[in-house]
Formats: sequence, C-alpha cells, structure tokens
Amino acid sequence: MFDLYGDTLTTAPEFGQLALILAFVVAVIQSVIPFVGVQRRDALLMSWSRPLAAAQALFLTVSLVVLGYCFVIDDFSVTYVATNSNTALPTPYKISAVWGAHEGSLLLWVTMLGLWGLAVAWFSKGLPLIMLARVIGVLGIVSAGFILFTLETSNPFARTLPSIPPEGGDLNPLLQDFGLIVHPPTLYMGYVGLSVVFAFAIAALLGGRLDAAWARWSRPWTTAAWVFLTIGIALGSWWAYYELGWGGWWFWDPVENASLMPWLVATALLHSLAVTEKRGLFKSWTVLLAIFAFSLSLLGTFLVRSGVLTSVHAFASDPERGVFILALLGLCVGGSLLIYALKAPTVASVGRYEWLSKESFLMANNLLLLVAAFAILLGTLYPLIIDFMGMGKISVGAAWFNTMFVPLSVALTLIIGVGALSRWKADQASRLKNELILAAVLALVVGGLSPFLADGSLNWQVMMGVGISVWLIAISLVDIWKKTRGNLLRFGSLSLSFQGMVLAHIGVAVSVIGVTMVANYSQEESVRMAPGDSYVMSGYRFEFVEAGHIDGPNYSSDATRFRVFDGDREIALLQPEKRRYHARGSVMTEAAIDAGLFRDVYVSMGEPLEDGAWGMRLQVKPFMRWVWLGAIFMSIGGLLAMLDKRYRQVKRASSDVQKSGEVPA
Amino acid sequence: MHPQRKKRLHLILFLVVGVGIAVGLLAYSLSQNINLFQTPTQIAAGEVPVGQTIRAGGLVVAGSVERDSDGLGVTFKVTDGAAEVSIFYDGILPDLFREGQGIVALGKLDDKRVLQASEVLAKHDENYMPPEVQDALEQAHKDGKQAMTEKAY
Repeated sequence: MFDLYGDTLTTAPEFGQLALILAFVVAVIQSVIPFVGVQRRDALLMSWSRPLAAAQALFLTVSLVVLGYCFVIDDFSVTYVATNSNTALPTPYKISAVWGAHEGSLLLWVTMLGLWGLAVAWFSKGLPLIMLARVIGVLGIVSAGFILFTLETSNPFARTLPSIPPEGGDLNPLLQDFGLIVHPPTLYMGYVGLSVVFAFAIAALLGGRLDAAWARWSRPWTTAAWVFLTIGIALGSWWAYYELGWGGWWFWDPVENASLMPWLVATALLHSLAVTEKRGLFKSWTVLLAIFAFSLSLLGTFLVRSGVLTSVHAFASDPERGVFILALLGLCVGGSLLIYALKAPTVASVGRYEWLSKESFLMANNLLLLVAAFAILLGTLYPLIIDFMGMGKISVGAAWFNTMFVPLSVALTLIIGVGALSRWKADQASRLKNELILAAVLALVVGGLSPFLADGSLNWQVMMGVGISVWLIAISLVDIWKKTRGNLLRFGSLSLSFQGMVLAHIGVAVSVIGVTMVANYSQEESVRMAPGDSYVMSGYRFEFVEAGHIDGPNYSSDATRFRVFDGDREIALLQPEKRRYHARGSVMTEAAIDAGLFRDVYVSMGEPLEDGAWGMRLQVKPFMRWVWLGAIFMSIGGLLAMLDKRYRQVKRASSDVQKSGEVPA
Repeated sequence: MHPQRKKRLHLILFLVVGVGIAVGLLAYSLSQNINLFQTPTQIAAGEVPVGQTIRAGGLVVAGSVERDSDGLGVTFKVTDGAAEVSIFYDGILPDLFREGQGIVALGKLDDKRVLQASEVLAKHDENYMPPEVQDALEQAHKDGKQAMTEKAY
C-alpha cells in the first residue's frame, strides 16, 4: 500500500506506534499481575514485577527514539513532525522538537515514567518482594492511564496521509535554544519522579505499614525527584531571563506556578519524611504530602500543556483531552485519597515531642510550605474559576503573588537554621542561646549595613533579605562548627546527608540574597539610540558601535554591537539581535548578556525607529546569578544527601522488617 | 494533659494560626491586585472610572500607530469592532506587536480617556489571539447584530 509514495515513505512511525501500543499492553499487565501475586502471596507472580518494568521502559524508549528519528529524517507525513519541524532546522533542535509541543511532551513524560520504574526495579535489591510488587503495580496503573491518554487523544505518530506537506511548519523559535533542549526533560524527570514517591506511599498504605523502613526507601527517591525539579525550575527561569528578551526571571505565570507548587510540596515532603524515618511521627501527613505532590505535578504537566490553565476556551476547544485529563486526575487523587481514608486510621503515630524540638520546627516548615503552595494554587486557578462562573475576566497580578510569597519565605528562612540546629524530641533554649545571639548580631550588623554599602540609602527590604540570609548562613556554619568540634575543615568527614542539608540550606540563603538584590537594585532603561550614541546608567557607559545584518541557518537578523565601559575600561562587547525566522515569519529578541558574579549587564533590541535608530533596553542587574547559584547549591545538597551510605544499608534494615512480617492488609 | 492530646493541640494551634495568617493575607491582597479586563465598548461607554488599573485589549487599528519623534513613546488605538480606545505606551513594544494583531494592555485611564499603559502584551505566537480579545470581538459582533435586528423590527 506504500507503493504510491515510492521510497519517500518509511514505516518508522508505525513501529513507534506499535511500540507504544505494546508498552500499553505491558502497563496493563503490570498493573494486574503484581497485585494478584500479592493477593495470593505468590512469589513467582510477584517476581514478574522487575521484567515487566524493564519491558515497559524498553518499549517506551523505542517509541521515543522512533519519534526522534522521524524528526531527524524530516518525515513530514507525521503530523506532529510537520507542525513542529522544518528541513532547515539544525539537528539538535530537530531532536529537542520531540518535546516541543503537547503530543511529544506526553510521550517523553510516559517514557520517563517507564525509566523511573526501571530504576526502581534496578535499585531495589533490598526491598521486600511484596513491597516492590505493589510499587511496580501502582506505577503500572499510572503508566497505563497516561499511555492510553497519549494514544487516544494525543498520538504523536498520527499521519497526514495522503497529502504529505513538502515542508514543515518549523519549531516555535522561542524553543530553538539550548535552554529548551534541557529544561523540559529535567523538569519532567522531577514531575515524573514524584510518581515513584507516590507509588511507595500507596504501596505502604495498601500494606498497612507506614514505618521507618518505608520512609527510608522513599527518601532517596523523593530527593532525586526534588533535585530534578530544582534544576528544572532554575533552568526554566534562566531560559526565560535570556530568551524572552526583557530580563525578567520569574513572572508568576501559570506555567511557572505549576512547577513551583509540586516543588514546594516535595520540599515539605522531604522534611516530613525525615521526621517519619527518625522518629516514626507525621506518618499520615507524610503520605498525604506524597499524594499531593504527585497530584500537583500531574496538574502541572497536563493542565499547562493542554492549555486549560491559560484559558477556559482552550479547554472548550478540545473537550476530549480536557475531560480525559480531569478523569485521570480525579482517579489518581480520588483513588489515592480513598485508599488513604480506608487505611490511614490503622497507622497511628507513636512517640512524643516538646514545643522546642526539631519536630516542631519541621512541622512549622511544612505548614509554611503548604500555605505557600496553596496560595499559589489559588492565585493560579482563581481567574479560571471566576471565568467559569461568568463573573468576568480577571488576572491576578505578580504583586499579589509577591505579597503572599515573600512573608512566608521570610518566616521559613528564619526557622530553617534553627530547626536544623535543634535536637529531636526536646531541646533547651539555654543550649541554643549563645549561638543564636551570635547569629542574630551578625545578621543585624550585616543586614543593617548592606543597603548603605549598596547605594547609601535606607532600604528595609534589603536589610530584611540580607539579614535573614546572613542569619541562616551563620547558624549553618555554627552547626558545622559544633559537629566538627571547631574544625571547619573536617566538614568533608561528616555524614553526606548532613553535608547535603547544610549546603541546601546555604543555597536558600544565597537565592534569597540574589532575589533581594535583583528586586531592589536592578536598573532598567528603554532608550532611543542611533549608532554612535552613548548612554550612561548606574556607572556603566553603553556605546552603540554599529548596526548590521546576520544570516542564520533558518533565520536572518538585524544585529547591533555595543561596547560597555566601566569608567574608561571596556568590560564587554555585546551583540544583541532581532531575529526573523523564515518558516513562520516570527520575530525573536536575542538579548546579549555580560554575566558576572556580582552583576549582569543586559542589552536587548526593541523596535527599529526612523534614521537608523533603535529602541534599546539596557539593564544592570546586581547579584542576578545568585538566584540560580542558590538552586545549584540546593541541587548538589540533594545529591549528597541521596548518596548517604545509610540508604545503601537498606538491605540490612529491610531484612529486619521482613522478619517482623507483613501486617495483614 | 495527656501527651497525645497535647501534641494534637499543638497541631491544631499551628493549623489555626497558619490558616488565619493565610486567609488574612489572601483577603487583603486579592482585593488589591485583581485587574479586570474591559472591552473597548465598555471603556467608550464610560463604564470604567479614571485612575483604576484595568486590562484592556483588542485589535490594533491599522494606521493608528504614531510614534513620538524623540524617545520611545507610542500611541495607538485598539478596537473590538464596535468601539475604539487610544493607548499610550512609553517603552519597547513586544516583538509581535503589529497592526491588526490582538494585544492586551495593562494601565489606567487618564482624564482624556487615553489608557496610559504600563505593560503591553502580545503573545509569542502569530496564530494566538488573547482569549479576552477573542471574547470581546465576539461580544461586540453579537451586540451589533442584535442592534441591527432590533432596528429592522
């Protein structure tokens, strides 16, 4: 039947489709067999879990690779390829175009789910078979649901036969960029990683056993997902900063909020898991957090990708997708909460703690993080609800989110260090007093002086932001000082989880300093400039050298060249561009940035005006890099904590658990 | 007090305080920061008070874009098909701003009923129409038809 098209048509897309269907079949088996095995206490059936997880990962990977292949060979008979690629598109972007739109991102999402399942099967040698079977079974259910969604409503392999377009529509130029090659997969790894944590929680609930062993199994997985989320969010912010052309790094846009909410809840979960592991407390709460975190990541991926969050009309225009998503979300959240309601009462916590204890601080941390996540959820969904009720079209401004988020972050930053320093169960104020006074004095002095050192005028926000950061850093250092008995150089000999914790907490302080300084001391001017003009702003002189023209592979651009001087010294030669992409005729601003540890200089082009002049946007942003540097610290901290040898001793711990036997479900 | 109860009391206290703070902040700030979308028809009919921050949008009227001879100030009109409103913006317009394109501006009306915009948005997709603008156009179209039918009778 393909003779009609001669050699031009390959059967690759059919192979991809077939692999995806096979993955679905495996997922269905995977969501049944392990549970049957558990029900019958049949070790053979339960032992199917590992090969099933591996088979699913294999089929999904084949499917994703085939889609990538279709992009590379420009198979425009595939609708998705024809819409999102173009023969002139450079190959790396052809590959990243795989996740450039809805259908492909979904395929990437389920493939990652398969790979996480494989990882669980691989790294779970110490896990009791019955637990593993339940975890893999839950992952199978999730996977089956989303592969079905992909096949039914968003098939990336759908063809445009018989009329194959000779040329594709090109990838959205915004996405033709390094940041967009790495940002979505990283973020998705985070979103999807939370499904493993979710599966562990549901498996533990089903077994009726929320114990320290469960918490210890869950912790490295939660941390892994959290690290990916952290890096993914930071990459997204960095990308928006340099690619959108106006120097903002966070917009409280629904898409960003959708990634921040699961991050906040996952952060709460990390800390709550610590309490559950060490003290056997907060068990029900921890399970709930695991459910929330995963639900929010589902909300994040799917509502955003399908356009529901940006507009009710996007929902109405594709009701099939919207209804399917809502049904899946309802099943996931409703089903897991039902299991929770049925099983949670049997898992009462034991143990007690005093007001002044690590437990109290961690509880406060959880509440602050949850309130923040809830506020963002409300702000994000509020316009949607109002619109649905026909009460008009509103938007919730960034100012609202800032009003909500800033006080909560300040409170959180204040308690982070104290919580880390305090003891489990009960602590005495007298024990902590000296260290805290020292840190407070440092915070007041450095924080109090900072605005005067920066620009000589009083600024309460800067005092506050720098002060709380210094407070947190000082307490963290005191903590290291005490743990190493006064020899900070012995930091490396402390446990990896402690090193990771301290590093992550210092990362928070670094980000807070960055946010404070950027928010308060950024300078921005939009000016009309012609070649030869100079403009002086916050100590820097911007000299417009020349304007010219550049031809790229699939675009042509107007470019300008600027010299930036600090006094008489030239510090940067910047070349911002205004690109016009041929395929869609769309225009993109490419900012030119001179990055530095203490300031970024940012130049971007606006519109051409008469007489060769341009509207130019000039910016100086102090401490910009610190915002992301803090995220890097947090991620490294998470990695260290994950690698703690405690988690590699799981074998011994879990065999103890096996001896104690399974509590009847 | 029984330790178990005491712990529960802690939890409840924390929850009450947390929720209290949250609700207070929410109520205060939601009232300050919600910007209602207004169509050119509503603005022309005088439904929008001067000085209130609103969002307004429509299609940029062909030939209405006038730039100041020095600086970056630009004045243009947007329409929903039934009425027009003038917008002044001093800054760099987004890449996809052009005549005939749907845009949304955030700003306040001045005494001359010109919208002094602090922000102009045009989405980064030439097929994309801001949903509010789409709605405004449809609404104006519907009203227009209704008026015509009423006249006919």
